[in-house]
Parts: sequence; C-alpha cells; structure tokens
Amino acid sequence: MITPSERLRTAAVSLATLVRKETHRYLRIWMQTLLPPAITMTLYFVIFGGLIGPRIGPMEGYSYMEFIAPGIIMLAVITNSYGNVVSSFFGAKFQRHIEELLVSPTPNIVILLGYVAGGVGRGLLTGAIVTGVALFFTRLPVEHPVITISVVVLTATLFSIGGFINAIYAKKFDDIAIIPTFILTPLTYLGGVFYSLSLLPEFWQTVSLANPILYMVNAFRYGVLGTADIHIAVAYAMMLGFIVLFGMFALYLLNRGTGLRA
Amino acid sequence: MTALATKQLTKTYAGGKVALHGIDLTVDAGAFFGLLGPNGAGKSTLIGIVSTLVTKTAGKVRVFGHDLDLDPWAAKSQIGLVPQEFNFNTFETVAQIVLNQAGYYGIPRRVARQRAERYLKNLGLWERRDSVSRTLSGGMKRRLMIARALIHEPRLLILDEPTAGVDIELRRSMWDFLRHINDQGTTIILTTHYLEEAESLCRDIAIIDDGRIIENTDIKTLLRRLSTHAFLLDVTDIPKELPELPAFSLHQVDETTLEVEVPRERALTEVFAALAEHGITVSSMRNKSNRLEELFVRLLKWHGEHKETAE
Ligand SMILES: Nc1ncnc2c1ncn2[C@@H]1O[C@H](COP(=O)(O)OP(=O)(O)O)[C@@H](O)[C@H]1O
Ligand SMILES: [Mg+2]
Repeated sequence: MITPSERLRTAAVSLATLVRKETHRYLRIWMQTLLPPAITMTLYFVIFGGLIGPRIGPMEGYSYMEFIAPGIIMLAVITNSYGNVVSSFFGAKFQRHIEELLVSPTPNIVILLGYVAGGVGRGLLTGAIVTGVALFFTRLPVEHPVITISVVVLTATLFSIGGFINAIYAKKFDDIAIIPTFILTPLTYLGGVFYSLSLLPEFWQTVSLANPILYMVNAFRYGVLGTADIHIAVAYAMMLGFIVLFGMFALYLLNRGTGLRA
Repeated sequence: MTALATKQLTKTYAGGKVALHGIDLTVDAGAFFGLLGPNGAGKSTLIGIVSTLVTKTAGKVRVFGHDLDLDPWAAKSQIGLVPQEFNFNTFETVAQIVLNQAGYYGIPRRVARQRAERYLKNLGLWERRDSVSRTLSGGMKRRLMIARALIHEPRLLILDEPTAGVDIELRRSMWDFLRHINDQGTTIILTTHYLEEAESLCRDIAIIDDGRIIENTDIKTLLRRLSTHAFLLDVTDIPKELPELPAFSLHQVDETTLEVEVPRERALTEVFAALAEHGITVSSMRNKSNRLEELFVRLLKWHGEHKETAE
C-alpha cells in the first residue's frame, strides 16, 4: 500500500520538476521572454517619462515619471506572467509533450501550480528588470514593502492562471493572442497606468471602477508611492477572489480533460 | 495476477464515431501480449484510454488490480507508455526529457540520473544525451520514447506500433530489447498491424477490428486457425465416440452437426472419405463464417500494398 505521505513526496518531486522545467524554458529563450519587456519599458520611460512627462507636470503630487513607473512595472508583470503560461502550456499541447504529464500520476493541481509558478517566476523577474530600468530614471520610495511585494505576487498569480485557462481552450496559435490583444492590453492601458483616475470625467471614472486591473495597478502604486485612487482592501479582495475563482475553474477544466484528452 | 483488465470499454468520439464497442480484455502479468489489427481498428484508442490520454465513454480499466478511476495514482504509476507518434519536447535534450519524465513519476533527481544513464546506454543514446531531441534520427527518437517510458521502471510497458516506419535492422534490435525486458519480468502490450511482428514476439494475442475483439488466444492457436478452413457439416449417425482423424480436428456442435478444421493444403474429399470410413455420412455442409480469416486476408492485402513503405 502506498501511504499518503509517499504520495505527497511524489507530488512534491513532480512539482519541483515542473517548476525547474518551466523556469529553464523562459531563461533559455531570454531573447524572446526577458529582453523585449526591458526594451519596451525603457522606451516608455524615455518617451512618456523623460520627454513628455515634464510638459505634463506633476500628478497626484509626484513627478510624471515617478507616477507612471509602478504602472509600467505592473504592465510588464501582467503581460509576462500571462504570456509565459499561455505560450508554454499551449506549446506543450501543440507539440503534444503535455502527454508526458498527463500519463504520469502527477495530480492536476500540481500541473496547474507548476505552470503558474513558471508564469509568476517570469512575471517577477521581468518586474525586477523593469524596476532596475526605472531606477535609472526616477526614484522608487517603496512606502509599503509588504503591500508592494504581495500585490505583485498576487497579480502575477492571477494572470498566470488566466494564461493557463486561455491555453486550455486554444486550438491554434492565433487563439493565444486574442485575449492579450483585445482584453488585457486595453484594460491595462485604461487601468490607470499613465494617468490618475481623477483626471477623467465622472462618468468615465465610474466606468473605470469596473476594470479589475485598475485596482491592481493602484494597489501597487500605493505600495510604492503611498497613494492610490481606490481602497486597498477592495484590491486585495478582488485579486484573491479572482485567483480562487479562476483557479477552481482551471482545475475543473483539467479534471474534465477539456482541450487535453480526446 | 492480472496486469491489465478492461471491462466493456466503449468509446464514442466527439464527432460520433464509435471507436470501441465494449472491449473485454485481460492481460496476465508477465505476458508479451500483442494487439493486432488493421488501421483504424481502435488500437490507439484502447491504449489511449488505458493511459488516460483518451476519456472513455463507458467501461472499467484495472491495472494490476488498481481501478483507473478510483485510484489513478496507483494505476498510472505501473504503466510506461510508448505512443504511436513522437510527443516529446523538440527543444529539450535527450537527458532533460528522460529526467523530467522521471520527475513526473516522483523519482528524485539523483536516482533518475543513475537510471537515465543505464537506459540511455542500453538503448544506444548515451552519446547523444546532450543533443536537442529534434536533431535525432527517426530510429533514435523511437528509442528515446522507449527510454522515457522505462525510466520509472513500470511493471506494464505499452507500445503503440513501435516499429512502424523503422528500418528492418533497428526493428530486430528493438525486438531483442523488448524480449529482454519481458524476460526480466515486465509485462508488455504491443499493438501492431504486422502479423509477422506479433508472431515473432507475442505469446498471447488479441485481434481487434472495427472496435471489437474478434479473437483472443495464444499465438500458436491463432496461427493454426489461420492455416485451416473451418466447415460445419450436417451429418447422420454420429457415433458415441468421435473418431480421431489424424489430419483434421473434429468436434461436435450438436446432435447432427460437426465442425471440422481442414488445413488449407488438404482436399475436402479426404474429409468425406475419412468420415465415411467411420460410418458418418455428410448430407450437407457450409462454411463456418470466419471474421478472423476475412480480417487476415485484409491484413495481408494491406501489407502487400504497403510493403515498400513498411520495410
Ligand atoms: N480524436 C479522434 N476523433 C475522432 N475520431 C477518432 C479520433 N481518434 C481516432 N478516431 C477514429 O477512431 C477509429 C479508431 O482509431 P484508432 O484507435 O486510432 O485506430 P488504430 O490505432 O487501430 O489505427 C478510427 O476510425 C479513427 O478515425
Ligand atoms: Mg494507432
């Protein structure tokens, strides 16, 4: 008979293997995964922060560069955690080496955790790189370190799970670009990365409050600068709520074999 | 001990295609079992369900007594799968592929490294361990899939058409390797559409066609059956003791019907003469319908057409 502790140990080895493999993947192809965000975000800092920013003047009492830096870091975290999982998991489906995992006794929760860990890893690493770039242009006080770190980890987790669900449904390569292009990018740009909510007419302020990404960007900005357009508690509740909801849904899809088992 | 038992396994694919119609199959531990059937018979579907890559519509699967639905962990740990098509990550090296697979089965890295060395050496891949898998030759890719399937030392190794498209020399050496593994105690199930392969390797065999098992026996009986014609004879005056006819096998179906198996090279008149000698008169006869035989003819025909590509 196999004891529960032995199963747990097996699952732990399985998870470690998957995390190592996923980490190895984005490090191996760093030219596609780590370099592009570094370049893009540097351009944002140069153009919006350096050239245009001084003409805009201070926002919420901070220089424009200072104001946008947290948003740009979050932009990188969101796109990279999502992008990592969606392309890695879809690639595994497409090449069919996902079958290596499916035939093994690896529990579905471990499959999900392993891929999410890869996405979070890349999200955080890119976030760190962009932060490094930002420090060439501005100072980042990090008023509330615990909030800063926890918000970025929760955000990366949430978008990694999102990428996972996207990959489960994707049947062709086009399908992994639809959500990022038509939903994530607009919501992020409209999520207060480049402006304070108070600049908007009242109607659009209300509309913006329906955008979950706005809460995450603002919570992160609160962690770094100590200012936000929204209540931090709402941001946490929203992130945790979505993580649980999406996580359960991803597990449900895995258990059903949707998009994976004929 | 039973290595694999399926009960009333049924599969209807999303498009409505019924690939399996209630498959009952038992494979004993230690067996070298062949699942023989033409293309589209349902071999890969059956293997897919056992390895959980395909969801079943109905039925039960037990692997060494563990129900695949109730205790997938225990059942899956016992199986090593070599699928029909290459399905490894073409960006990873040979060593990475094998070590990762070991990890998914919970084997610590240190143990996995030792085993990887052993299996890669056995399969002639050790020199290529750091090569990216897409640079391997076709034969090496096949062997890589075997090494990967063995890394957790499964008690049941399942190979889906492992020698399709493999040259004759490599095929022989793969056969030797599989025989060796089987001698060491690993149960092997192999699907093939080469009768020759089944004949050379397998002791027990099931023939599947159109989603149904039409024969499940040992290879000797199968070959004998393939080399004979079976007839049903309506006769009068069957004696209490059936006569022993040296060249034919005879048995009684009911009070007035005998079944006789006649080797293909013998004439039917010999049967009548021999029966008459024992006072049995044949009033009429009919062919025993024989799906196996029909299938066999189809398999041979299919082979004839694909000879060049297969070898
Ligand atoms: N994913 C699938 N969707 C629909 N039909 C399928 C699928 N896979 C196999 N089939 C059909 O099921 C039947 C059995 O296929 P398969 O199990 O691959 O046979 P074999 O391995 O014996 O060649 C075939 O008619 C095949 O076309
Ligand atoms: Mg097949």
